[in-house]
Formats: sequence, C-alpha cells, structure tokens
Amino acid sequence: MNEVETLYEALKKAQEPKGYVFNKDKDRVYDLLDGLIVNKKRYGYMSCPCRLASGDREKDRDILCPCVYREADVKAYGSCYCNLYVSKEWNEGKLPHVHVPERRPTPL
Amino acid sequence: MDQSVKMYSLSTCGHCKATKKLLNESEIRYEFTDVDLLQGEERAAVVEEVRQWNPNLSFPTIIIGDHVIVGYREREIREALGL
Repeated sequence: MNEVETLYEALKKAQEPKGYVFNKDKDRVYDLLDGLIVNKKRYGYMSCPCRLASGDREKDRDILCPCVYREADVKAYGSCYCNLYVSKEWNEGKLPHVHVPERRPTPL
Repeated sequence: MDQSVKMYSLSTCGHCKATKKLLNESEIRYEFTDVDLLQGEERAAVVEEVRQWNPNLSFPTIIIGDHVIVGYREREIREALGL
C-alpha cells in the first residue's frame, strides 16, 4: 500500500465507528488525503487541506483534521467543509450536496 | 468573452481542484495563485489581497469580471462565465 492508501485505511478504521464515512468519490478522497500528507510534511501536522494553515500549530488547532467544525457541518449539511467526511445519507444521495459554507471564524 | 477570470486557491484543496477542472474543461483563460505555496512577504501581501475580495479568507475565491464567488459553486460560476 502506498502512503495515501495506508492513511485511508487507518482513518476509515478510526472514523467509521464514530459515524463519519468517507465521501464515496474515492478520487476526491485520495486527493484530499494527499493534501493532508503534504500538510503534514510542510507544517508538521495534518491541517485541513481546504483551509490556509498558518504554520503555527496552536493557531491551527481547530483545523487539524478532523477539524472541530466537522460535527456541526455533518449534522447540518451531511458533509464536512472539505467533502471528505460525510454521513451515510449524504453518500446515498438522500441529502442534497450543497456548498458547505466556512464556519471557522476568520483567522487574524 | 473578454472578462478577466482570476482565482485564489490552495494547492491541496479539493474545491479548488474542481474549480480549475471546470475552467480548464470549459477552455476559460484564467489566472490563479495557490496561496499556500507562497511564503513570507509575498504570501502576506496576497493574503491581504484575498481579504479585500473575501474577508473570510476562504478558498477558492474566484473573481469573474464584477462577480466574486467563494467556493466551488458550479451554477454561479457557469452563470458568471455565461456558460
């Protein structure tokens, strides 16, 4: 398994029992996981690939993936901001795939 | 179509990639800046530029003529482009 596949399996195992599944679009998921790996190498931590990290772990604490906004976004929209983690209903097309607005307060 | 198309994006972001794909497939000429790849003063300057268009500093921020579109909102992007 390559690095992305290894991360996929590890996160799937950890997150599915919590009720969060990966987007069924595996190409999209692999792209995002690749972004997480890039950020880990670049910043030293896996910050959200869909947000601009500051490079300061403390400032980015809220956007370490899975971010603190995931729970509320999956509850409200069926998907996290990135469309990485979703609900089963979202994957099954029972929820409309709407744009998930940024919930994070604007960083200074 | 003479309106300019400019995008602020992140190299790691799925919505940014989807937007680039849409623009590429539609053969739209556009400029983009992957803000996460910039460093130091250049990055600080571009971050301020993005804030002028989108105070939330979220990505992608797409400027199509007079329209500012935040996020991969396919319908709005297509409409602004006249597609």
